[in-house]
Amino acid sequence: MLVCAAFALAFFYVPTDADQGFSQRIFYLHVPVALTAYACFGWGAWKALLHLWKRREGADLESYVAIHIGVIFGILTLATGSIWARISWGKWWVWSEKQLVLFLVLFLFYSAYFMLRFSIEPGPQRANLCAVYALFGVVLIPVSFLAIRLAQNFIHPVVFTRDGPQMAASQFATFCVCLAAMLALAATLYMVELTGKRLDEQLRELRELLA
Amino acid sequence: MTTSEKYVTAAYLVVFAAVLVYVLIIATKLARLQRDVAELARLVKERLDG
Repeated sequence: MLVCAAFALAFFYVPTDADQGFSQRIFYLHVPVALTAYACFGWGAWKALLHLWKRREGADLESYVAIHIGVIFGILTLATGSIWARISWGKWWVWSEKQLVLFLVLFLFYSAYFMLRFSIEPGPQRANLCAVYALFGVVLIPVSFLAIRLAQNFIHPVVFTRDGPQMAASQFATFCVCLAAMLALAATLYMVELTGKRLDEQLRELRELLA
Repeated sequence: MTTSEKYVTAAYLVVFAAVLVYVLIIATKLARLQRDVAELARLVKERLDG
């Protein structure tokens, strides 16, 4: 419902941007999806840290599921970003843009996480290696996030500056609703996926006991 | 509908379709889990009866 409300606000409530026109409405989808991907990767790294530090049971699975959801949101970020780039810049992808390339690097890094995870037999070694890998990836998040501010020549728009959000109150309110919707969606998918994986594990144990 | 409007609609549809596909995958997994639980319940019942 929150997602539907957010989409409705983005399409029917928020005023059309004077500079970019109708295409600016992708902002309310693209940016919250990208921030949600960062949040998922960050959450995955936090769980990985808990696994290595506190040896908390289940933290490895939680880290894996968070990264899984993060990669899905990463795909959506790249897809919506490419569509926006096509409208605004006339190209699907601009290799000279640091933020785009850094996000792609971050996305590929976390995509490779699955190759690592499924190339090792399940057990403590796999959990430890995956946790270390997830923690390495988290370093790329602030780099990717700040790349736009570090870049000298950029065409990627900057909306959030030190002076606050550079948009009207209605636009900012819509953005906040969209961000809340995407975070809620990611949290729901995370919980559902995690419950499914835990059930799967418990059923496997039961099957082994009965065999 | 302008080109810009078409692209924006496409972007929102991409996200909507992705969520829909994900929900369908989850539904398939849930159905498999239900089958597994039913199979295990049958096995337990057989053990108890036997």
